[in-house]
Amino acid sequence: MTDEKLTAIKRGFRARLDGWLERHAQVSVASIGRLYSRPLATLMVWLVIGVALALPALLQVVVRNLEAVGPGQGRAYSIDVFLKPKLGTARVQQVAERVGARDDVARVELITAEQGLAEFRVRSGFGEALDALTENPLPATLIITPAPNASTTAAVAALRKGLSQISEVDQVVADTQWLERLQALLTISRRVSEGAGILLALAVLLVVGQVVRGDIETRRAEIEVSKLLGASDGFVRRPFLYTGLWYGLGGGLLAWLLVAVAVYLASPGVAQVAALYGSDFQLLGLPLLGYCSLVATGAALGWLGSGIAATWRLRQLEPSV
Amino acid sequence: MIRFEGVGKRYATGREALVDASFHVNPGEMVFLTGHSGAGKSTLLKLIAAIERPTRGEVIVGRQKISELARAAVAPFRRHIGMVFQDHKLLYDRPVFDNVALPLVVNGVPRREIDKRVRAALDQVGLLGRETGFPMELSTGEQQRVGIARAVVSRPSILIADEPTGNLDPDLAIDVMGIFQRFHGVGTTVVIATHDVHLIERFPVRRLHLGQGRVLRDEPAATDAVGGPTGGSHDG
Repeated sequence: MTDEKLTAIKRGFRARLDGWLERHAQVSVASIGRLYSRPLATLMVWLVIGVALALPALLQVVVRNLEAVGPGQGRAYSIDVFLKPKLGTARVQQVAERVGARDDVARVELITAEQGLAEFRVRSGFGEALDALTENPLPATLIITPAPNASTTAAVAALRKGLSQISEVDQVVADTQWLERLQALLTISRRVSEGAGILLALAVLLVVGQVVRGDIETRRAEIEVSKLLGASDGFVRRPFLYTGLWYGLGGGLLAWLLVAVAVYLASPGVAQVAALYGSDFQLLGLPLLGYCSLVATGAALGWLGSGIAATWRLRQLEPSV
Repeated sequence: MIRFEGVGKRYATGREALVDASFHVNPGEMVFLTGHSGAGKSTLLKLIAAIERPTRGEVIVGRQKISELARAAVAPFRRHIGMVFQDHKLLYDRPVFDNVALPLVVNGVPRREIDKRVRAALDQVGLLGRETGFPMELSTGEQQRVGIARAVVSRPSILIADEPTGNLDPDLAIDVMGIFQRFHGVGTTVVIATHDVHLIERFPVRRLHLGQGRVLRDEPAATDAVGGPTGGSHDG
């Protein structure tokens, strides 16, 4: 008895689910058909949304590449630590090991006083003049590469302070000014990218809303009759939600394409400039997740924009007989 | 089934369509709503279908007070009422089948069921086989019958019609009225607004005569005629 009941309930639920799926499948396919029936208008909407989504995404690409150029990757950035003169080799070695054990230090390169002098002799061409010196005037030097997690200006400042507090250390030299500038530039770029993103998302909402409003006007008779026959607001709104979703999804995919093409076109130029600076830097695109979220954002904005417009307009459209 | 208690309806424009209308229609009853144009017939029908709300008094349909009907409850409420309009209100870009199926689609009826019931409804109005045609290809009388098929396809308990024969020649009008009478015969409550005197003469059912926003006369059905105040009688 209870089993039968359960089966009946299951069957009822199943039928309702089937009905629901059938209705949604029907409405979504029908709304695609509507878009297909006026390809030019649809393409224009996709383009507008695509460009609006691509712009902040491209700014995001710029930020990403600036971050990559920066010290985050340990590229072209180091701190020179000059030790006090006349420390024994063992002592110097000990200091190097201690510094190397720090969390915020990735690598320590030790240049002993002797190595320093030898290098200086070769590079400077003062070979003979140096022979006249009775003792080596150069201190031992540690060239430190900070750990990737210590790339912010605050972390670098902390590292510098920590290093200069070591008793054997004479002087810490780090050119952090360009780093600070880069950080500031990055901060601004991120803000601009976020601000542009918000404004352009709003633009997408408005575009989709306006287009869907137009759709509603052209199908006004159908809406009014449906309402007279007992269609709920949700039923009447559904096709427009799907239309908005397709607009947003198409725009998002187009944005993906635009960003990918822009990165592809800019890559050779960037590589050339990087080569001039002796770098093998390669222009980064968006990660796959970034592209996917671009499409998802488009779809969500399309759905939302049409939802707002349709809810608002359909409330006003009470049937008149 | 339908009860009006001192109902008044004043539109935002200031026009007072109904002043003090009171009457009661029993379940299964068929009623003509008569009166010259502007007497408030259309307004009265709109109140029954919750297209308008009364500004005074109480309209009760089934057990539902129209004035207490929540916005979200209007749609499910309307599914119990079939409506036929003078101008048909068909969708001219859709074939006959889609037009008749619309109330079922709106109601979430499964596809297989829709097929069966649309055919049955078209059969009842004598249009079986015209499913794929478009309304424009049909005569006015046929369009009106499509409208009736659409009104009855979801088997509503109440059928209301506003001047359903207004654009039809007398023979067609009698045809259409006969269809209404058949639905009345199977227990549907039918309210028809009309000013077609000849038609009223031919079908001796209860008449509510409206004037100056009131029910001026309530004439019961002739006893020897089809249809009656209790809805107990049947025709062929």
